[in-house]
Amino acid sequence: MLSGTAPSGGAAPPTTALASAAGAGISFDGVTVAYRGAVVLESFSLEVRQGEIMALIGPSGSGKTTALRAVAGFVRPLRGRVRIGGVDCTQLPSYARGIGMVVQNYALFPHMRVARNVAFGLLARKMPRALIEQRVDECLRLVGMADFKQRFPRELSGGQQQRVAIARALAIKPKVLLLDEPLSALDAQIRRSMVEELAALHRSLPDVTVLYVTHDQSEALTLADRIAVMRDGRLVALGASQSLYRHPPNRFTAEFLGRANLLPVRLEPSAAANGHLHVSFAGTSLRVSREGAANGDGSLVCIRPHALHLAEAQSANRLSGTVASVQWQGDHHAITLDCHGVALRMVMKPLRAPPPRGAQLDVAFSPDDATLIAEGGHG
Amino acid sequence: MAEIAAVPLRTPAPLPGAWVVPPVLVLGILFFYPLTLIARQALSGGGEALSLDHVVAVVRTNLFQVALWHTIEIALASSAGCLLLGFVIALVVAFVPFPGAREVARFIDTFIALPTFLMALAFTFIYGSAGVVNGALMEAFGYELPPVDFLYSVWGVILAEVTVYTPFVLRPLLAAFSQIEAAQIEVAGSLGARPWRIIREIILPAGLPALLAGGSLCLLLTVNEFGIVLFIGAKGVITLPLLVYDKAIQQGDYTAACVIALINIALSLMLYTLYRNMLARFGGRGAGVV
Repeated sequence: MLSGTAPSGGAAPPTTALASAAGAGISFDGVTVAYRGAVVLESFSLEVRQGEIMALIGPSGSGKTTALRAVAGFVRPLRGRVRIGGVDCTQLPSYARGIGMVVQNYALFPHMRVARNVAFGLLARKMPRALIEQRVDECLRLVGMADFKQRFPRELSGGQQQRVAIARALAIKPKVLLLDEPLSALDAQIRRSMVEELAALHRSLPDVTVLYVTHDQSEALTLADRIAVMRDGRLVALGASQSLYRHPPNRFTAEFLGRANLLPVRLEPSAAANGHLHVSFAGTSLRVSREGAANGDGSLVCIRPHALHLAEAQSANRLSGTVASVQWQGDHHAITLDCHGVALRMVMKPLRAPPPRGAQLDVAFSPDDATLIAEGGHG
Repeated sequence: MAEIAAVPLRTPAPLPGAWVVPPVLVLGILFFYPLTLIARQALSGGGEALSLDHVVAVVRTNLFQVALWHTIEIALASSAGCLLLGFVIALVVAFVPFPGAREVARFIDTFIALPTFLMALAFTFIYGSAGVVNGALMEAFGYELPPVDFLYSVWGVILAEVTVYTPFVLRPLLAAFSQIEAAQIEVAGSLGARPWRIIREIILPAGLPALLAGGSLCLLLTVNEFGIVLFIGAKGVITLPLLVYDKAIQQGDYTAACVIALINIALSLMLYTLYRNMLARFGGRGAGVV
């Protein structure tokens, strides 16, 4: 395992990055960053635990890349502190932070062969040559590129270049690994397999803390232990990936993390039971989860499309609607219902006899799959 | 069976290649004919028989050897200075963000458009014995003689040529630097590389084609520089172009002038070949000159 490989022989490496192979947490403490007077990250606070994968997600201009660049030392915060492993590194130059970084367009050095690219950080740290060779071999093996040592970057495919970029970042045994939209330049099929490879890679390097910036919610949900959702330079939601997906705290998060049915509801005064709340939608009483509803004062109910199923005779939490559209999408059917003027999307296994447009359909959902959220959307 | 006749797509021109005649004619009259006259004069000395006697006689003179040495010395030193200064300025303009960086680059570009002797003239006003610097120093410290006197030496010529020809290195370098992804430099920094290593291992290799092309262009131009050397009038500093002028105009020794001119042309052609090879080796785009 790379993270456990001890330097063998030679002088002790001069920087702390290699001396400490173990990962370290990242801490943002009220970080504000401005470019030419325009604030792009405002009072941003976040704790990334050692060894976890934290995904920073949000639309373009939400400040996620700026937050990552603040950790890397490429931008200097106007206010606030950035800590890596508890050490304040706000004023430290980039080269002294002990980080590994992988960017969208790989940024491999075009005039260097693969092995030299991977060795770059170790040479910069003046590691003994024998150790460098050993480490380069280890890292290239880890990413499945051992047979490509003598190639130039231009002789590799996009996926291969990205693997080399990852090997280069890991070679220095970084305390934290910063991934800035690392898969967005790849086509969809390679991206899917790379997501799986990244997940496997982290399983083999469990101590490395990963800050993963992406605008792709499926990458974030697949890879991350926790997700931080950003909007307009602010953190709008934070939580464990599954929990955040199932129980988004606000409208923006609900809609950004995949498709969401949002029903306008009125909270009923009747007492809640079994961790559920009672709400009313178009005269129909529904039970929804209390989880995620901060004060129980939300006015929207979020139900994911896959949480809806065809109602059976004894089903509670029923909704009735008219079929507006049916789409076969290979491995599932996507059906849209018009439910008292609200579009209700559901996905189901492929149906032998899908309902025709205009048909009445009763659907139901489990109270645990429905979350009350605030209408406002900023959380 | 029906016959299929091949129809030519174009009817052949009545005189193929006739378009070559006008440019060849112009080149012949304006360039090759005078060149032939120079070569003939150099090899015949005005007589009928062609021989290398005049060439050997001129090459053996001390004056020619000194001029050749000065030409090469000044060209090499000036080109090296241009490379160094051009690289440093390009680094600052391209990678050190400061307001007005683009304007600075454009201002330096304008030097290309100026006649070379103008810089020599400006240097005379600034560093000359009656120039601004010497005047100020003499007044301030009571010197009887001008304390700054490098201008009328080889160093003065080199400094002026470096000032004039640095943009020829700077322009392709800036073009080459603009091709470097900022992410490469950032990632190099994150991997622990300090600025000097980034310059040496990332920026310099990317700029090398432009440096080589710009440097060989400078070498070519400085070998033939005439105006600066003449205007500076440095004592004892004579170069091949200046020697041609001296022999032809001041002494009326046309044979010697033509011999020296021929050698100067040969030197220039060698350097031009070097320049073209640099472009071919690294590609015009790689060198940032096309």
